[in-house]
Amino acid sequence: MKPAIVLLPGLNRDRDMIAAIETITGKKPLTLWQTETEIPADVGLVIVPGGFSFGDYLRCGAIGARMPVMRAVAEAAARGVRVLGVCNGFQLLIEAGLLPGALMRNASLNFVCRSVRLQIVNADTAFTRNYRPGQIIDCPVAHHDGNYFADAETLARLEGDDRIVFRYAEGTNPNGSTADIAGIVNARGNVLGMMPHPENLVEPAHGGTDGRALFESALDLVEA
Amino acid sequence: MIKARITVTLKNGVLDPQGKAIASALATLDFKDVAGVRQGKVFDIQLDHSDRARAETELADMCQKLLANTVIEDYAVEIV
Repeated sequence: MKPAIVLLPGLNRDRDMIAAIETITGKKPLTLWQTETEIPADVGLVIVPGGFSFGDYLRCGAIGARMPVMRAVAEAAARGVRVLGVCNGFQLLIEAGLLPGALMRNASLNFVCRSVRLQIVNADTAFTRNYRPGQIIDCPVAHHDGNYFADAETLARLEGDDRIVFRYAEGTNPNGSTADIAGIVNARGNVLGMMPHPENLVEPAHGGTDGRALFESALDLVEA
Repeated sequence: MIKARITVTLKNGVLDPQGKAIASALATLDFKDVAGVRQGKVFDIQLDHSDRARAETELADMCQKLLANTVIEDYAVEIV
């Protein structure tokens, strides 16, 4: 499955994402600049990386989400193409209306940059099938606005439909997110947004490889 | 020329960590009567025409499409 990475001014984890994909697949992924209006038909996974698109002016991800490439990402998602948004990428997918809720300023008001423990709540998605249900993995976080919020009705729907994919393991919630939510999928299950950075934990030099299975799942590299 | 002021505020019940930090800073400065602070945003927008009805539609549209995140924020439009 061919991966592509979205580039917007102000994103700064694009290189980490490109390096992670290259490490895992041995090939450089395609990159899509903000002015692209179409996602090539052979792309099966679109990744929106982290950073500070357009300086996070107005709200995190708000301006980037209105760029042509994000409309193309929405169209691709509607066709069933897998979409992964990490950190600012998650904020962008929410602002683009591909995922519900909002990401607010961390409850502590501090920028957090450390490793947390993530619980795989749903190991039955295209992104997590190479993990075990309930498995706890390490994953770095680095964000100022990762405090997930959704109204009660949306939360109940996310819970009821098993759309909460990752939770911060007990005692490691870094941002005050409702119900310890770290990552969710859309109703169809082909769009995943998450605050932690799996791309920063894919080779032993990173200090661990817990993020690798996510990319192997999403790229159909290993059958679960 | 129409001038408008749009105020975007967090909805009631949505946690406002910035407002809380500001409230505690005001307490530090000895403003004992502050019962709470909510932080918001103000946009002053100038429109290049003077059709008030059209302006109202356009401004509401701007709020819906970009200026406010209606999941967590309310907005108020005032033509000044």
